[in-house]
Amino acid sequence: MSTPTLKIENLHVAIEGKEIVKGFNLEINGGEIHAVMGPNGTGKSTLASALMGHPKYEITEGTVTFEGQDLLEMEVDERARAGLFLAMQYPSEISGVTNADFLRTAINARREEGDEIPLMKFIKTLDKKMDTLDMGEEFAQRYLNEGFSGGEKKRNEILQLMMLEPKLAILDEIDSGLDIDALKVVAKGVNEMRSPNFGCLIITHYQRMLNYIKPDKVHVMMQGRIVKSGGPELAERLEAEGYDGLKKELGIEDETVNQEA
Amino acid sequence: MATEIQGTKYDVNYITDFSKKRNEPEWFTDIRKKALQLSETLPLPQPEKTRIVDWNFTEFEHDVAGRTLTSASELPEHVSRLVGQDEESGNLLVLQNGQAAYAALSEELKSKGVIFTDIATALREHGDLVKKYYFTEAADYDTDRLTALHAALVNSGIFLYVPKNVEVSVPLQTLFWQENPNAGLISHSIIVADNGSSVTYVENYLSEKAEGRAVANVIAEIYVGDNARVQFGAVDNLSKDVTAYVNRRGYVGRNGQLEWAIGQMNDGNTLSENYTALVGEASVTDTKAVSIGNGSQKQNFTNRIHHFGKHSESDMLIHGVQRQQANAIFNGITKIEHGASKSDGEQTQRVLMLSSDARGDANPILLIDEDDVVAGHAASVGRIDPVQLYYLMSRGISKKEAERLVIHGFLAPVVSQLPIEGVKEQLVEVIEGKVK
Repeated sequence: MSTPTLKIENLHVAIEGKEIVKGFNLEINGGEIHAVMGPNGTGKSTLASALMGHPKYEITEGTVTFEGQDLLEMEVDERARAGLFLAMQYPSEISGVTNADFLRTAINARREEGDEIPLMKFIKTLDKKMDTLDMGEEFAQRYLNEGFSGGEKKRNEILQLMMLEPKLAILDEIDSGLDIDALKVVAKGVNEMRSPNFGCLIITHYQRMLNYIKPDKVHVMMQGRIVKSGGPELAERLEAEGYDGLKKELGIEDETVNQEA
Repeated sequence: MATEIQGTKYDVNYITDFSKKRNEPEWFTDIRKKALQLSETLPLPQPEKTRIVDWNFTEFEHDVAGRTLTSASELPEHVSRLVGQDEESGNLLVLQNGQAAYAALSEELKSKGVIFTDIATALREHGDLVKKYYFTEAADYDTDRLTALHAALVNSGIFLYVPKNVEVSVPLQTLFWQENPNAGLISHSIIVADNGSSVTYVENYLSEKAEGRAVANVIAEIYVGDNARVQFGAVDNLSKDVTAYVNRRGYVGRNGQLEWAIGQMNDGNTLSENYTALVGEASVTDTKAVSIGNGSQKQNFTNRIHHFGKHSESDMLIHGVQRQQANAIFNGITKIEHGASKSDGEQTQRVLMLSSDARGDANPILLIDEDDVVAGHAASVGRIDPVQLYYLMSRGISKKEAERLVIHGFLAPVVSQLPIEGVKEQLVEVIEGKVK
């Protein structure tokens, strides 16, 4: 394979002056599905938000190239239009803006003026994707995430993923708060996206998500960086032993980012 | 800029001649003269937290030429699009530069005794009826300098009269269309729904975008008789160089109902008061208003409800957006008089600021002199949530477009509830134009 879709080198991220991600390295090639696992407080979600360009997070060191471009130089919307997508752990609620209007605006933002998606085509595609995700028709006309349950919000994130067809999707704890049926539905959506042109970075605490979306590579994050990489068998080992076995092996006492001097 | 007492260059001789030229009744000329005198001594209104002493309320051209249209189809596209589909049935007044340019009223309404005409014609043809409602119960011209200036120099306006028990099912509309960038539009609208009648009236104030020094001094009096119902819609869309004073006042009788649907979309400095007196027992009013502040515009909006009647009910829902360096104060005042028992007054004002330079303030005030009532208020002022913008932008939507979505979303709860479909459609379009 030629150039990787996403290449992260020595990434350091701080929030309010406090460094959370400390020298993170990762390469994702087209079509690959990677999982970043780790206990709470190890910097996983910070990594995801920083890659998307969340205003609260500051990149203090390192480089990120996406599709050959300097990702960190790009505005949030430019990153998205270049093909990056983040399914968020806590999606915002936008009152007064319907899901359908929002999605159409987002799709048209990728198209030239005068070449907007025809309404009928949009509605058809939306109906189909909502059907895959077992979402009722009413979701199209509900205000964006307003009053959605945790599970509905997660499905809505995956709906956006499917409608926007990015080159690389980061799923930030998409499994948290989902029951097993909902998790299967979400996994179905992601699996439907699988292709040589779609890469995925799954951020999760638990292995169970990976039973439904098979990763090519698994990485364990502690103290703000990757401490161990492997194949799907690594996730299975964590499921069996918990994180403690790995901590012992690596000589890590406190895996969170707080304790490191 | 002059900050001393603002007087007008138009003196009593000028006013007398102007009145004579228009064949106005003597009582009307007398009010003009009295008001002119008052305008020299009365103070300017003192709106809460907005300094208006250096606003231009007095320098303008008072008697500017208008033009006549033989058909509404002669209106340019950007003006004619304000005429809603329903109004094509032909109940429309166009006042261009303040002068009657076009008038249409269906034969059906005429035969029922509905009067819908410009104020100059109304004074000539229905003088006694106008006299009954001009600055009587709903408004006074001796309130302050601006009301006095208004009465002295009124040069435009309309008169709508719906006789007893006549129900008008189609909306009636007036377009005030200013083409002269230095004109003073002193416009007085009188809407009367006599007992048991009902009507929907919509007025648009539109001025061409042009450099100048213009003034709009607008007073509307809405009389809602016993068991009558008025839906009053307005979309104000005056351009940057027009200083606007807008004072709309309703007077509601027993079991009467007045619904306001107002889009305050001016681009220039605006002082606005919307007042409803719930005089009759079980009278009801509902106010819905949205506004957008742009540029370095300063605006002051007061929405005031005054409960006199027992079992009277009011509800107020005001949403305002402030962009760029715009500054706006929103005052919501619900006053319940002693004796207005079992009354219910609710108000909600919300302000959203899009930039760190924008300023907005919401002041909810409840003044209650009666124990047996229900009243409530809610007010919020906040800046746009950067995380919301981030979320929208993370889907590829540009910052500008994301702000546009948030603004529409913020105004949607008011716009979607507006009782008049035509006003709703117009507003969506005007909002779109303002945030693009």
